[in-house]
Amino acid sequence: MPDEITMEKAQLTEFVKSLCSDAEVSEGKQFVEAVLPADDLHSVAERLKSDPEAAFDFLFCLSGVDYGKYLGIVYHLRSTLLGHTIVLKTRFNVRDNAVADSVCDIWPAAEYHEREIFDLLGIKFRNHPDLRRFFLPSSAGFPLRKDFVDDENIVVKK
Amino acid sequence: MEEAVKEIIGESQDYIINMGPQHPSTHGVLRLVVSLKGEIVKNVEPHIGYVHRGIEKMCESITYPQIIHLTDRMDYLSAHINNEAVCLGVEKALEIDIPDRIKIIRTVMSELTRIQSHQLFWATFGMDLGGLTCFFYGLRDREKILDIFEETCGGRMLVSYNCPGGLMYDIHPNFQKRVKEFIKYFRKTLPEYDQLLTGNVIFRERTRNIGRLTLEDAISYGITGPSGRASGFSCDVRKHEPYSAYDRVKFNEITFSDGDSYHRYLARMKEMWESMDIIEQLIDNIPEGPYSVKMKPVIKLPEGEYYQRVETARGELGVFIISDGNKNPYRVKFRSPNFVNLSVLNLISRDFKIADLVAIGGSLDLIIPDIDR
Repeated sequence: MPDEITMEKAQLTEFVKSLCSDAEVSEGKQFVEAVLPADDLHSVAERLKSDPEAAFDFLFCLSGVDYGKYLGIVYHLRSTLLGHTIVLKTRFNVRDNAVADSVCDIWPAAEYHEREIFDLLGIKFRNHPDLRRFFLPSSAGFPLRKDFVDDENIVVKK
Repeated sequence: MEEAVKEIIGESQDYIINMGPQHPSTHGVLRLVVSLKGEIVKNVEPHIGYVHRGIEKMCESITYPQIIHLTDRMDYLSAHINNEAVCLGVEKALEIDIPDRIKIIRTVMSELTRIQSHQLFWATFGMDLGGLTCFFYGLRDREKILDIFEETCGGRMLVSYNCPGGLMYDIHPNFQKRVKEFIKYFRKTLPEYDQLLTGNVIFRERTRNIGRLTLEDAISYGITGPSGRASGFSCDVRKHEPYSAYDRVKFNEITFSDGDSYHRYLARMKEMWESMDIIEQLIDNIPEGPYSVKMKPVIKLPEGEYYQRVETARGELGVFIISDGNKNPYRVKFRSPNFVNLSVLNLISRDFKIADLVAIGGSLDLIIPDIDR
C-alpha cells in the first residue's frame, strides 16, 4: 500500500509541474505541496478542478499566513472521487497591497474563507463577489499579521 | 387616480429585516439580514463576529497544552472532539505512539459527546418548530451524559479532558458501569424521540423538501458532517481517515440523497444509533495501562506544517498548525465546520418562506462561537 501512495504523490507532482513550469513542487510529509506564483494560481486551480485525472472538487481549508517577510495563502484541496489531496501555496512580496485572484468561481466554499483572510490579514481578492470585513469593524487593523500592534488588548510577555 | 394608489411595502422593492443577533432560533448571536418579497426570502446575508475572540491569534502566544482549553470554546457541544483534534495533531507531529487504552477512552468519550450534541440538536430543532416538549426530553437525557462527564473529567460541557500524549486523568471507576447504564436507558428512550417528532405530520410538512441542497453544491461549498451526508456527500472522517480507535469498530456511515431539512435531521437521529453501537463495541474492551504517555515538560513541535482532521458532531474540523520549532505555534488555523456550513444558508433558503428559514437554519445545526472563533 505505501508504494501506491508514493506513486500517487509522484504522479501528482508531475501533473502540477506540467500545468505550471514555475511551480516549486515537493512531496511533503503529509501532502504534495506546490508553491505557485500568484498570477498563475487561478489558471492552475481551474485545471486541477476540471481535469478528470485530478478532479479536485473539494476545497476543505483555505488559510492566510503571515510568514514575516511575505504574506501567503495556503489552499488545501481534495478530490472526493479519487481521494488524493494537494496543498497549493502562493506568496506575495508586497505587504501593503497584496492581491490574489479569487477562486470563488471554481469553489464557492472559498467565498467565506477569502473574506476571512481579507478581514484578518488584509490580502485582497480580485473578482470576489462581496469582499468586506467579516468579523471586525473597518477601523480594526489586520490582527493576524505578525506586526500588528494593539496596546490595549494584547499584553506582550517580556 | 393612479397617484392615490399607495405603494405596498415589499411589493415593488425588497423588504429587509434583521433576524438576530438576539433571536431564539439563531441559537446564539448570529445576525441574518433577510431580504424579503412578501414573505418569500430573496437573500440572506449573515453578519458574524459578535463572539469573535481571536482564538487563532491567541494560539500564537500560548503553548500547545494551553491551546486545548481554547478549542473547547469553539464548538462547545463538541468540546471533547475539538480537544482531540489538537492532541492528535501534536502527537502526529511528534510521532508519538498512543497506547490502546487512551485511544479507546477517547473514542468512547467522542461518541458520548456526539450523542449529547445530537440530543441538544433534537431538543432545539423541535423547539424551533413549535414542539416545546422536545426541549425537555432532550435536555433530560443529555443531563445523564453530562453527569458521566462531570464524574470523569470534572467539567460538564467544556471538558478539556484530552492533553497532548493522552488524557488529563484516568477514568472514574464508575465510568464503564454508568456508560452501559446510559446506553441501556437511551436505547429505550430514543424511539420515543421518533414517536414525538419524526413521525409528526406538522413537523414533516415543515421540513420535507425545504432547503434542498444538492450533492454538487454540498461538495463545492464544502458542507461536511450530517448536513453534507444528508445530500449524499460521503465525508465521514471516521471512515475515510480513521483516527483513535475508529479503525477497529464497525459502524455505518449514514448518507441520504434528498438533502432537505428532514434528511439532515434524520441523519443526526440515525447517527445516535451508530454512536451507541460504537460505544458498546469498545466499553468492555478498555485495556489496562497508563492514561498518559510521558511527555517532555515543554512541548516543541519540529519545524513544519501539520494538518489534522477529525469528525465533530457538525462536520470536519481541521487543525492546521505551522510550527517554527518553538513552544508556541507560528500559526494555527481552525477549519471549523460551522463557518463553512453557514456559507450555504443563503443558497438553500432562497425562495422559501421566512418561517422555513428557521427550519433550514435549525437543520444546519450552527454553533455560533465556532463560526466566529
